[in-house]
Order: sequence, then C-alpha cells, then structure tokens
Amino acid sequence: MLKVTDLHAAVDGKEILKGLSLDVPAGEVHAIMGPNGAGKSTLSYVLTGREGYEVTAGSASLDGEDLLALAPDERAARGVFLSFQYPLEIPGVPALTFIRTALNAQRRARGEDEIAAPAFLKLAREKAAALRIDFDMLKRSLNVGFSGGEKKRMEILQMAILSPRFLILDETDSGLDIDALRIVSDGVNALRAPERGMLVITHYQRLLDYIKPDRVHVLAGGRIVASGGPELARELEARGYERYEAAA
Amino acid sequence: MSLASAIRDRDVGELPGKRDEDWRWTDLRGLIRALPEPSKPAEVATAGPFDGLGAEVRVVVNGGKAQPVVVAPGQSAVVALRFVSRGSGSHAAAAEVSVGADARLQLLESYESDGGSVSQASLTLTLAQGAVVERIVLAQDSADAVSVSQAEVTLSTTASFQQTILASGARRQRLETRVLHPGGGAEVRLDGVYLLAEKRHSDQTTVVTHAGTDGVTAQLTKGVVRDQARGVFQGRIVVEEGADRTDARMGHHALILSDRAEVDAKPELEIYADDVACAHGNTVGALDEDALFYARQRGMPEAEARALLTEAFIGEVVDRIGHDGAREVVRAWVADRLRA
Repeated sequence: MLKVTDLHAAVDGKEILKGLSLDVPAGEVHAIMGPNGAGKSTLSYVLTGREGYEVTAGSASLDGEDLLALAPDERAARGVFLSFQYPLEIPGVPALTFIRTALNAQRRARGEDEIAAPAFLKLAREKAAALRIDFDMLKRSLNVGFSGGEKKRMEILQMAILSPRFLILDETDSGLDIDALRIVSDGVNALRAPERGMLVITHYQRLLDYIKPDRVHVLAGGRIVASGGPELARELEARGYERYEAAA
Repeated sequence: MSLASAIRDRDVGELPGKRDEDWRWTDLRGLIRALPEPSKPAEVATAGPFDGLGAEVRVVVNGGKAQPVVVAPGQSAVVALRFVSRGSGSHAAAAEVSVGADARLQLLESYESDGGSVSQASLTLTLAQGAVVERIVLAQDSADAVSVSQAEVTLSTTASFQQTILASGARRQRLETRVLHPGGGAEVRLDGVYLLAEKRHSDQTTVVTHAGTDGVTAQLTKGVVRDQARGVFQGRIVVEEGADRTDARMGHHALILSDRAEVDAKPELEIYADDVACAHGNTVGALDEDALFYARQRGMPEAEARALLTEAFIGEVVDRIGHDGAREVVRAWVADRLRA
C-alpha cells in the first residue's frame, strides 16, 4: 500500500527527513512515535504535498503510484487523507458545503458521478450521529468557534464521509479529553478495513490504547530508528525517547 | 470641477484629476485627452440584471433625466433603475428619488455599458422620517468605459438607509456616495464589493457626515483584485461638533491575487464630537495559504479551492443584502466573476 523509500525532505533549505523508509501494507495500522522536532509533521505534509516541503531524494508511492508527482488534490482523490494536528477555520463556508464540495471534487477526479444533495445529507447525518456531532453544527462555518475537541471530531467526520483509502492521523489526540478521545478513536476504528491503511502519528502512547497499531516505528532525527510491535509503544512510554535520540 | 460639467461644457479642463485630493487615485484629467462626441439616443435591447424580480423598471439610455422615483408616505415599492450606455460617446444622466415618511423602497440600480463611453450619473435620494431604503447597485461596465456615479443621500431622523454596491470595474469606474446623517436614531449601512480583473479600475468613495446626536453607521467593503487591476476605497466618516453618541464602524478588506494588482485604501475618521464610538479596520493581503492547502488536501483542485475561499470572503457582504431575489442575483454574479 504505502511505500516510502529513503525519503529526504527539507524545509527552508534545512533537511528534516534524512532517509526515512516505511512500508504500510493494506489492512494495517502503523504508529509513528517520536520526540518533538523529529520530523513527524514534516512526514505528514510531505506525503500530502504541502508547498514549502521540498523532497530532495527518495520516493513515496501508494499502490505503486508515485505520490510525489501528484498535486495535493490529486493525492486526495487517490484516497490520501490527513487529519490535521491543527484543523483550519474556514469562515463563511458551512461545514456541509465544504465537505460536499470536497467529496464531489474527488468523485469528479475519479470519473465518478457527483453525489446528489439528498444522498449527501443522509450520509452526513448518519456519520455525524455516529460521532455524536450535532447536525446543526454542520450548518455553521467550518471549525469557526469550535473547541479543540470539536475540530478533531470534525476531522474524523470528514474522514468518514470522504472514505479515504489511506489515513494519516497527525497528533489526533492532542487537545482531547478522555471522552472525546474515545469518540474519536471509535470513529477511526470503524474505518479499519482490509483494503485500508493507516499511519497514526503521535507523541504519546495514550492514543494507541484506543487505536491499536499493528506496528510501531520510532522516528528520531528524520529517520526510522526502531520498529516493533505494540509493546514498543509501551516501552517508549516507560523509558522515553532519550536513547533513540542519541542513536539518531 | 466635475465630470458632469466637463461633459456639459465639452471641456477637459474641468475634469477632476490628481490635484483634487478626492480624485488622486482616479485621475480623469490625466486619462482623457479629448471628450468623445455626445452620445446619440439609443434603444436598449438587452435585459437588465434585476429583470424578473417584479420591480417597476426605469431605464435611462445614453444620458438624460429619469422619471422621478417617488414613494408616498406609508407606501412601499421595488424599483429597478437602469443606467445604460451604448456606444462610445459621452453623456450625463440624473435621477431623483424621494421616499415619504414611513415608506419603504428597494432600489435595484444598475450600470451597463458596452463600449468606450464616458458617462456620469447624478442621483439624489431623500428619505423622510421613518423611511427605509435599501439601495443595491450593480455596476457592470465595459472594460473600455469611463463611468462615474455620484449619489447624494439626505436622511431625516429615524430613517434607515442600507446600501450595497457591487462593481467589476471599467477603464475607470467610480461610485461615490455622500450621506448627510442627521442622527436621531437614523441608521446607515454602506457596503461594497469590488471584483476586478485584467486592467480594470474601480473606485468606491463614501463620505458620511454625522450632523446630529445618536446616529449609527456601519460600513463594510470587500474587494478581490487580480491581474493588473486596481481597486480604490476611500471612506470618510465625519462626526460634527455636537453629534454626540455617534456609533460609526468602517471595515475595508481586500485580497490581492496577483503581484501586479493594486489596492489603494484611505479610511478616515474625522471626529469633532464627544462620547462617540468609532472604529475602522483595514486589511489588504493574500488568500490564506494554510486554508488553501487544507481545502486541497480534502480534494479540491487549486482553482476551485481559491474560488470557494474568495466567495466565502465576499459572502459576508452579500449575506447582508435584504432583498432576497437581488441577493441571489448578486451571489450568482459574484460566483461568475470569481470562477471566470
């Protein structure tokens, strides 16, 4: 599914990723853990094509297709979804309008028919209910005046409606209380499927109690410095990142 | 010195220009070397932008006086007033609007030109006590036209005047509104939108003079300029001595979408009274790149993401339009221009 090989990337001429390799097969959930400044957010932005993140070497592909050659919206249409650490506020665009515009843009790009308004509203109602989001909130400008937890729930809602093939969750647990964390995790777990891959980026092990990963990787100094099963996350929680930072 | 007298006297020496402080960004004197021949009478074959909304329609083609718009006390009316310029001559037009006590008027005004005309329109609007007027102005001029509209608005106490101007520019285009605000519970809303492309120029100039106590003015203008277009916003609010407890707020915000586009803004508050609440905000910048990336990450191609975000930016002004039909006409007009 996602294959990243010897990826180097720079921001403002400073190299942040220094030879990162990663393989996430379909049906698996991989966690990336690492200290602040290790390059976790850079990895999510490089994979989604944000301007200013320059790939200097290496490759990243989804099911064999070169991701790095595609525009951000083309990657989205291929099924790459990033749940932002800090979701943006979009004044003047109701959440429903934003999500429907995005969904139809993706469908057009894939050569599918646009979704009609009644079918879209039914889908949005159903997914919002599962995430315990008040439907009236979706008529308000996206994320404007929403709490941190509401914004994260809105990310998961978009994910549920857009139904991407590959999910990147960037620090999705930050700013969530325990109830919100459970709702968000349930939403993510509902999307686990044999044809879908997930990359869960987090600083803390806490989220991984709810979204159980198949593999855990330690990102330090711009590279994966250790990989293992779920037990690696617990070890990091107990012993910290120090020895990996030294290794990087 | 005015375009109207220059046209009347066929004398370019009377054109306003750089030396007039109010006209320094819309320099007609430097632009027009010779006034074109007076326009010939013409027929209107095209539909107006507000056709089909059930308004009583007045059309002024190539200058002249419109039949006065008079709304008797307590009555209400919807009137479409079209200023049409055909061909490339010069002409001046005029219209008088008078709204009686406690009467209501929705005035759907448009400027439509198809050539290199030089035109001027003078309007006077008089509102009696308790009158409520909403004036919506859609200025869709030809790229070659020079088009100036000048409105003088006089309110009585407790009257309400709400205006939204929408402009797509011309070779030179100026929409000027001067409001005499008596206070005494009278309310004024002056909104504007300019959407400019290519080499178009549009100037929205307003002067509100608060002459009495307890007056309210709220002003919001938003613009989007691209290519080599130029937007001008001049907003002046004068609070005269004794006009205490005036509440006046002015906002002007513009998006510049290309390096060669330009916005000149001059918000001014002149306050000679005590105990007033006045504020102005002015921002000129680019589209938020973070929001743009966010929309693209969700699957919107760049052009669509830009259009969605700019429409939302302008939408704040459009949403304030009271006339339902006109608001939808305007919304479509904005979408057409931003998605072009």
